[in-house]
Amino acid sequence: MGRFVVRRLFGMVAVLFAVSVIVFMIFNVIPNSNPAQALAGKNATPTLVKSIEEEWGFDNSLPEQYVTMMKKVFTGELTSYKPRIPVDEQIFERIPATLSLSIGAGIIWLFFGLLLGYLSALRAGGWLDRLLTGVAVAGISIPVFLIAPVLIYFLTYKVEIFPNAQYVPLTEDPWEWLTHLILPWFTLAILSIGFYSRVLRSNMLDVMNEDYVRTARAKGLSERKVMTRHVLRNSLIPIITLFGLDFGATIAGTAIITEVLYSLDGVGSYAAEAATKFELPPIMGVTLYGAFFVVFINALVDIVYAYLDPRVRLGETASA
Amino acid sequence: MSPSAPILAVRDLRVGFATEGGLVQAVDGVNFELRPGEVLAIVGESGSGKSVTAQTIIGLTRSSNARIEGSVELDGEELIDASDATMRQLRGERIGMVFQDPMTSFNPVYRIGSQIVEAIRAHRGDVGKDEARARVVELFDSVGIPNAERRVDDYPHEFSGGMRQRAMIAMALALEPEVLIADEPTTALDVTIQAQILALLGELNRKRDLATILITHDLGVVAEVADRVLVMYAGKVVEKGTLDEIFYDPQHPYTWGLLGSLTRLDRPRPKRLPQISGSPPSLLALPDGCAFRPRCPHEFAKCTELPDLRERITDAPGHCDRCWLDPEEKRAKRQVEGQIGLEAPA
Repeated sequence: MGRFVVRRLFGMVAVLFAVSVIVFMIFNVIPNSNPAQALAGKNATPTLVKSIEEEWGFDNSLPEQYVTMMKKVFTGELTSYKPRIPVDEQIFERIPATLSLSIGAGIIWLFFGLLLGYLSALRAGGWLDRLLTGVAVAGISIPVFLIAPVLIYFLTYKVEIFPNAQYVPLTEDPWEWLTHLILPWFTLAILSIGFYSRVLRSNMLDVMNEDYVRTARAKGLSERKVMTRHVLRNSLIPIITLFGLDFGATIAGTAIITEVLYSLDGVGSYAAEAATKFELPPIMGVTLYGAFFVVFINALVDIVYAYLDPRVRLGETASA
Repeated sequence: MSPSAPILAVRDLRVGFATEGGLVQAVDGVNFELRPGEVLAIVGESGSGKSVTAQTIIGLTRSSNARIEGSVELDGEELIDASDATMRQLRGERIGMVFQDPMTSFNPVYRIGSQIVEAIRAHRGDVGKDEARARVVELFDSVGIPNAERRVDDYPHEFSGGMRQRAMIAMALALEPEVLIADEPTTALDVTIQAQILALLGELNRKRDLATILITHDLGVVAEVADRVLVMYAGKVVEKGTLDEIFYDPQHPYTWGLLGSLTRLDRPRPKRLPQISGSPPSLLALPDGCAFRPRCPHEFAKCTELPDLRERITDAPGHCDRCWLDPEEKRAKRQVEGQIGLEAPA
């Protein structure tokens, strides 16, 4: 297991390196991206632009610029152009909001997605299954930017059940934190609830036809044990992979729309801002932050996977 | 035949499945009795209804679109209309089952030993985990798995096919059932392993006085271990008798076909192995009369009427078949090509 973890860590570093190079290259290839010009302002003299270029190092060769920038990433000196604010400070400040939103939504979608999928599969073809299928399809189809305003309109404006928007830190007031986040959580989770319930349902129906499920019945296990220990357990393995990918992607960016709609000042809204202002340092910072979470969570998933499926463990020792 | 009372009696068993194309009568009137210590082989092609018969006995075919009629009595107790809870208790405990493909019949994510422990504890809640595990080690020894103590903690993918089938048999026998149903237990194994598994089944059958139903399409397997044989075709029994009767005086042309398709090492090698021409009929569109008629080289006018399953030869009580041909005519006809059927014992 130790070697496995070390190998994964090397993989993570390699991926992050590749991501940083790609982002850097895209930024420099895209036309109209002279940041010195932008920094100098609309009516800047060429001398001013020149001096800014020198000051920021924009006139160096690209590899040099890359190395300088990456040094700044590691020393925490990466700053945005306008205003000059350290990027890491900006990101760390906003991480609690994004993580609160993503983790809460992740738990909700996993719980409800699996619950609905399990019930659907148990009653496959029955009225409950059909009802849940309808609910799932609706959940998948309704876009977040529609759900959020509707929820806000009815549940905070018409009937004042939930407070309006804004992120309240958990450390400040746990109750306020919770009530402020319930709507965003469900808004973000609803698509995945529908999706996961469909995936689990179809996995379970596949597994139910497996020979080992027939064996489980033939040895006289109760139907509940057959369904949970054999069918559900084996159906969850692919779900773990899916969850790893989705959860990483949620932290890295999917949460953006929800953050903006509920005015939660998270990393997502910072990323959106950086992209519109077209400044390399925040874009690089946010991309690396996102890539880190995606890669990190997928490494976690691989480790969990090895625990869930002994056949993966064998492959690992054989190749190590 | 042993004089003891039958442990399992199947009477007029009919199993149909409602499908979009209509009712598929997978099993159509099967009768047999099974006594302790006896091995009954059910033989037939894919789709002949042999596996459905076996799975119906332990209630695994029950579903909303299955129509099950007739009677299955285990030691006098009717199983067809028994509650699901009763059936659950009896599976594993009184009737053990071994399935065809040992590769896929164990759950890949649990250790083999723990899957057998699970079977034991499902019926004996008072047996502790350690005690159950010790029992599994004993069982592994008795079915010839070397290093039993260590191997109980292996996962299914760490077992070879033959070892998995041994483990499967150990699982089926864990609670000392009275009846063992082996559904194509050797089909997925290579020939040398087949012989070992059959020898094991035969040995267990004698030692434990186990009543065994062996389902197979391979008459070579049948010859090895069976006492009596039931030949099924398109859901119906077309011939039944003792092993010797079926092998030395087969009455139904379908049985001749099955016997004729065996490779014989004691005969000159034929240019081509004989085969039964055509394929089994769709259960949704069975021909009138004898279902084997379209494939039978000896078809005649009377075959459009369904022959009943009864004794047609005078000197062999219990040897029944469904064929209108006169027994003497049959004996003459099945020898025509010199390959189908066997000569009568000298």
